[in-house]
Amino acid sequence: MDILNALVAFLNFVFFPALAYGAQLSLGALGVTLIYGILRFSNFAHGDTMAFGTMATILVTWLFQAVGIGLGPLPTALLALPFGIAATALLLLFTDRAVYRFYRVQKAKPVILVIVSMGVMFVMNGVVRFIIGVNDINFSDGQRFIISARDFREMTGLDEGLAIRTTSLITLVTAAIAVALLFWFLNKTRTGKSMRAFSDNEDLALLSGINPERVVAVTWIIVAALATTAGVLYGLDKSFKAFTYFQLLLPIFAAAIVGGLGSPLGAIAGGFVIAFSEVTITYAWKKVLGYVLPEPLEPDGLVQLLSTDYKFAVSFAILIVVLLFRPTGLFRGQSV
Amino acid sequence: MKKLLMASAATAIMATGALADAHSEVKIGIILGFTGPLESITPAMGAGAELAIAEVNTAGGIIDGMTVAPVRADSTCIDAAAATAAAERLISSEGIAAIMGADCSGVTGAILQNVARPNGMVMISPSATSPALSTAEDDGLFFRTAPSDARQGVVMTEVLMDRGITEVALTYTNNDYGKGLADSFEAAFTEAGGTVTINAAHEDGKADYSAEVASLASAGGEVLVVAGYTDQGGKGIIQASLDSGAFDTFVLPDGMVGQQLVDDIGADLNGSFGQFPGTDSQGAEIFQGMAAEAGFEGTSAFAPESYDAAALIMMAMHAAGSTASADFAPLIMDIANAPGEEIFPGELAKALELLAAGTDIDYVGATAVELIGPGESAGNYREIEIQDGAIETVRFR
Repeated sequence: MDILNALVAFLNFVFFPALAYGAQLSLGALGVTLIYGILRFSNFAHGDTMAFGTMATILVTWLFQAVGIGLGPLPTALLALPFGIAATALLLLFTDRAVYRFYRVQKAKPVILVIVSMGVMFVMNGVVRFIIGVNDINFSDGQRFIISARDFREMTGLDEGLAIRTTSLITLVTAAIAVALLFWFLNKTRTGKSMRAFSDNEDLALLSGINPERVVAVTWIIVAALATTAGVLYGLDKSFKAFTYFQLLLPIFAAAIVGGLGSPLGAIAGGFVIAFSEVTITYAWKKVLGYVLPEPLEPDGLVQLLSTDYKFAVSFAILIVVLLFRPTGLFRGQSV
Repeated sequence: MKKLLMASAATAIMATGALADAHSEVKIGIILGFTGPLESITPAMGAGAELAIAEVNTAGGIIDGMTVAPVRADSTCIDAAAATAAAERLISSEGIAAIMGADCSGVTGAILQNVARPNGMVMISPSATSPALSTAEDDGLFFRTAPSDARQGVVMTEVLMDRGITEVALTYTNNDYGKGLADSFEAAFTEAGGTVTINAAHEDGKADYSAEVASLASAGGEVLVVAGYTDQGGKGIIQASLDSGAFDTFVLPDGMVGQQLVDDIGADLNGSFGQFPGTDSQGAEIFQGMAAEAGFEGTSAFAPESYDAAALIMMAMHAAGSTASADFAPLIMDIANAPGEEIFPGELAKALELLAAGTDIDYVGATAVELIGPGESAGNYREIEIQDGAIETVRFR
């Protein structure tokens, strides 16, 4: 029984939260990694692209709710997601046409593009705040829990509760579908192959007749889909706030770099590595150990490796270690 | 958005007026975090200060018909360098005569030391509550219409002890405000015989709070004290605690009391309790009516304090007959405190008349201001409990 309690406490406070957070980071990191691989720069505007996509989705969600269209127990936002993706794709294509193309034609250095993307970031930042405001917005509807902590306790008679949220499950399922689609597209379709060719060697790809503008446009559309999906899933799970999305940029970049910039598989692994390390290293194991160990050995202290203040430091420590020993990241991406 | 447009239009009109007649005007800098972690409550705070200024202008201005113009600047709440630069700019290029601000304790301290003191400029903060500011060197220039959190720590202890709660977990937002409040509370609570199982920080604007909640849950405690912000990490912590079943009841200090939080979290928050600066004085009610008329939320955190801060600056200038900080700074305490004729919000015209006639006034304002010690609000607190999705007042302390 005690072992079961320990296991449930671990699953409830460490495993499931980290899993959902990891999936959200992975989707974000995938977008960053694609832009790095194909357009060859670190896109600082990614967090705000996510915010824009989420904002567009929220607006459509409100429209649906007003008209009375819903998905029953599932959040309405899932239905609005394609519209959000379309709006974000249009915005990104417009930004590319208006801003990035100018620098691409000049063959500007990546560092210049990074600074340009920072400018784009500030503009998007302003646009999002201007349209939807700075407040916290909760747009999740439908059923909140598949099983709540209280129900679980009553069902099993254990002391510890296990809560599984609808949004966590949706996050995992949607993330899995999105990743599967992306890999199928990159590996099996003609456009996907031309994108990979373009990423491997731009000049050779151009010689073999690949249209660079088309590759770039398709990349932006995929990035729009990934960013919007990540943003909406995150917003459903927690809530939407322009400022928080801007802050998401740091763990997302950490995830992409740990996994190996330019490597889609690495981005996914990186997302989970960052999420799990943030939660496990700063977790106070007192409760779990209290259940498992015999009475005299029960810890008095919190048994916490690092205080939660150092959560961010953990992901960056991992980042530094990875860069020291494997500069290309866990999955052999491009070195930075 | 409409409010913002109106506010900027009003400011623009005032600014044009200023150009036409530059001699009979005095500018007051309003330095608040219009971007950053407090960006959702600062619009109401700015509007509160501008409401007082508009009222004084309607009454014919201060001293000999001088109009007052507000100039807004962004403190960012977190970036001390940006806040200092903003304050410098207001002094050097706008030529302000006093500062209403800043909002967060960290940037307030930075502006005080780097700008206000070197320039000898009076500064009244409506919302910086860190205990550290009580002992900061201020050359008699710094005041605040919000109480220090040292007082709140004691009040919160009393609230908990009265409810028979002796074991709590504590989390605070990792800045001057959160740290100051958490430390003063832990000291007061431990002294009263209570136990704080864990005293852990959380960062605002973070993506995910499962790690923090996991540690708090592991440490245990009857209730969780959340010294954070309603639309920041504080809310994230509460949501994650409820989702994982870690805690059911929360103690909410001033930064956490807001209808938005109650609406966002819903029925699960019922039974949680807390306290925030507030009085049963009629001033608060009058102010809410005026705010509603002006088109902003009068109950928004620190909006009444902002009104009072701006009003105190103008009253003191009027009483001193001068807009030089050295002249009017010594008068601020007199005007805020008894004895004298009591002045409520909306009565600034009367106050100006009385002061002109040389009569002493006791500015009560929207928050029953009473400045003590180094020029900070004595601190009346309203104990509240969340019942059926509404913030109900239990009593005043």
